[in-house]
Amino acid sequence: MRITRTVAGRSRRVAVLATTGLTATALLLTGCSSDSDESDSTGADANGKITLTVADFGQFGYKEAGLFAKYHELHPNITVKEDTTADEKVYYPKLLQQLNSGSGLADVQGLEVGRIKELVDTKADQFADLGKVIDVNEWVSWKEKQATTSDGKVIGAGTDIGPMSLCYNTELFKKAGLPTDRKEVAAKISGGWEDYLKLGEEYKKKAPAGTFFMDSASAMYNAVVSSNAKQYYDESGKAIYKDSPSVKQGWDLAAEAADKKLTQGLAQFNDPWKAALRKGTVATVACPAWMAGQISVNAGDGNKGKWDITTAPGATAANWGGSFLGVPKSGKNVDEASKLVKWLTAPEQQAAVFKAIGSFPSNKGAYELPDVKNAKLPYFNDAPIGQIYADEAKSIPETVLGPKDGIIKDTISTQINNMEQRGTSPDDAWKAATNAIDKAIG
Amino acid sequence: MATSTPTRDAYAPPPRGSQQKKPVNARRQTWRSRLWRFDDKASPYAYIAPFFLVFGAFGLYPLIYTGWIALHRVEMTGLDQMEWVGWGNFDRILHDSEFWTAVSNTFLIGVMSTVPQLLVALGLAHLLNYKLRASTFWRTVILTPYATSVASAALVFALVFRADGGLLNWALQFVGLGDTNWVNGHWTSKIAISVIVIWRWTGYNTLIYLAAMQAVPTDLYEAASLDGASRWQQFRKVTIPSLRPTILFTIVISTIGSMQLFGEPLLLEGGTLGATGGNENQYETLSVYLYNYGWNLGHLGPAAAVAWAMLALLLIIAAANWLIGRFVRKSAV
Repeated sequence: MRITRTVAGRSRRVAVLATTGLTATALLLTGCSSDSDESDSTGADANGKITLTVADFGQFGYKEAGLFAKYHELHPNITVKEDTTADEKVYYPKLLQQLNSGSGLADVQGLEVGRIKELVDTKADQFADLGKVIDVNEWVSWKEKQATTSDGKVIGAGTDIGPMSLCYNTELFKKAGLPTDRKEVAAKISGGWEDYLKLGEEYKKKAPAGTFFMDSASAMYNAVVSSNAKQYYDESGKAIYKDSPSVKQGWDLAAEAADKKLTQGLAQFNDPWKAALRKGTVATVACPAWMAGQISVNAGDGNKGKWDITTAPGATAANWGGSFLGVPKSGKNVDEASKLVKWLTAPEQQAAVFKAIGSFPSNKGAYELPDVKNAKLPYFNDAPIGQIYADEAKSIPETVLGPKDGIIKDTISTQINNMEQRGTSPDDAWKAATNAIDKAIG
Repeated sequence: MATSTPTRDAYAPPPRGSQQKKPVNARRQTWRSRLWRFDDKASPYAYIAPFFLVFGAFGLYPLIYTGWIALHRVEMTGLDQMEWVGWGNFDRILHDSEFWTAVSNTFLIGVMSTVPQLLVALGLAHLLNYKLRASTFWRTVILTPYATSVASAALVFALVFRADGGLLNWALQFVGLGDTNWVNGHWTSKIAISVIVIWRWTGYNTLIYLAAMQAVPTDLYEAASLDGASRWQQFRKVTIPSLRPTILFTIVISTIGSMQLFGEPLLLEGGTLGATGGNENQYETLSVYLYNYGWNLGHLGPAAAVAWAMLALLLIIAAANWLIGRFVRKSAV
């Protein structure tokens, strides 16, 4: 082979140099243009039209209730776009990254209650103070306190709360020879969660083959812990979950349920859990208000009328879950976004969401509205949910939140799942849980 | 003008055209020859510069910055607050039993997926090397899984391996072997993940082997068959030795790939369970461990330390590989 080096190829040299130059330029250009879509929000254009973006997770119910369309009708110059992430565990890290970089944030961001303390502690300066826009006294007493910083700044307006009840499958109850009337069921478990487990043993004696008394012991654990003011942290912000009486009570009950095989051991919201609801293999589900919607969606039309709702075991009320809407300061339309948040969390709109998907209002004003007060769920045998949940909401204790509540809850749930599914001993499971939690907190 | 600067070296390459004949052009000629020399020496650097610019920006800088983070306490909730902890993060992960679980999982899944994968690829390549009807079609089909995205492959296989109503259990029920909770078991979950990896990468390796096989001179085979070697003997005595460098290449590539195994375990169950590699971390790989530490728990320092630990492990494997290769070569002589 002959290798020739031609110097005369001047035009080629020029071409190569040009290519190199172009590549470099292209690199610079791509470097510069990477943040061209820095913000989804747009300032008002020449016609004064504004597009507001709302980023949330799971099911906030605004689309289902037609609220964004309605807002556009009331304010023709404003269009609201919603960007929903299905899983909050995917949503939250992304939100943190966006807050860190200050780009990619929506005008309104949904904030989950398990994260609100962490956001109040570390990111409050990046949210607009909604305390100037909304009247915090309209909310159930403890709700807005959760989103308020020590110097009185409110970073989120409360959307829904999750007062606790018990959902049960009347058909399975009937087959197992248990009462199906919601008052009778309530009477049987009025003594608390121990009674609930006793009812489970009664159920198991005559239970239809392949069915279980409860879907997951971790759900019961959650319900038990949620009915206490002190859960994972104390008032000074110290993690006390290892000695917390409520955690111990919930854990022991869960271990007992696993030991007696009263539970199917399903991780909630995963596919097998949904399949179990559809097939009707679980008799009871610990039921915060929003869970009713989950059950009706996943159990499907085939199970309509088979389910019912009664009060949660025991006398102490519990709250599980619930979210907030916050307005990041860096947005271009902070004022308009704050107005939107005020409107979305006002009694009428919260009632509309409740009617559409069953998320229970946190705004006290909504409880007097007929949509809430007289609400009955046809899917659940016309259970008077408005009344059940409103009564419950009034007596929910003011809970002490901590920055890592969400992760602690999830970690313990995973280990409870191990006790149910693999027969891990409670001691080993507790050790694994505390190791993982210490890693998460530290 | 350039002539005022002193010449860098006394020896100048003979310029094109003659200087003596056209003294008028002397100045211009020196300028041209200088330019020529400059071009000769500098332009190769310009040609490779784009790679190094990109590598510097997206490879080297993140690598070094990750190392810097690994020495600090940094939380997802406050990236601007960095607190020097020195070796602390490494100390923390090295004393975390979950880290060692992840290391052993990564190696086990790596071996369980790489070995069968390369053996099957070798066999398939051998078959494809025969004269076949529609050989292009078969070669394309073999490569199809490689073109699928990790996400879709993992999601489809998640349906296959599901405990409740999964395709595999459904099929196993016909032979009376149903009801295995694949993702829940320590071994079954690793098998499940290895299957996804094998499915995706076998075709890719097959094509590499096939290309190498076609470069083997046919006279070797002719000579072998004249000597009365069977097909199998030919495969063992001619094909495999000729493929040795290629096999080494695929082993290296597969090792790096299995070290970075991420999408398959993350998506097998999805959600929180996927991010922790299952209820008991039974299929948590190093990448998933890193992801969980950084993104779920929000502790970026230890997560960065894991990244560097992974690099160290890869270097150790590379060194071992090199030593074994040298040993094999020596003993072969």
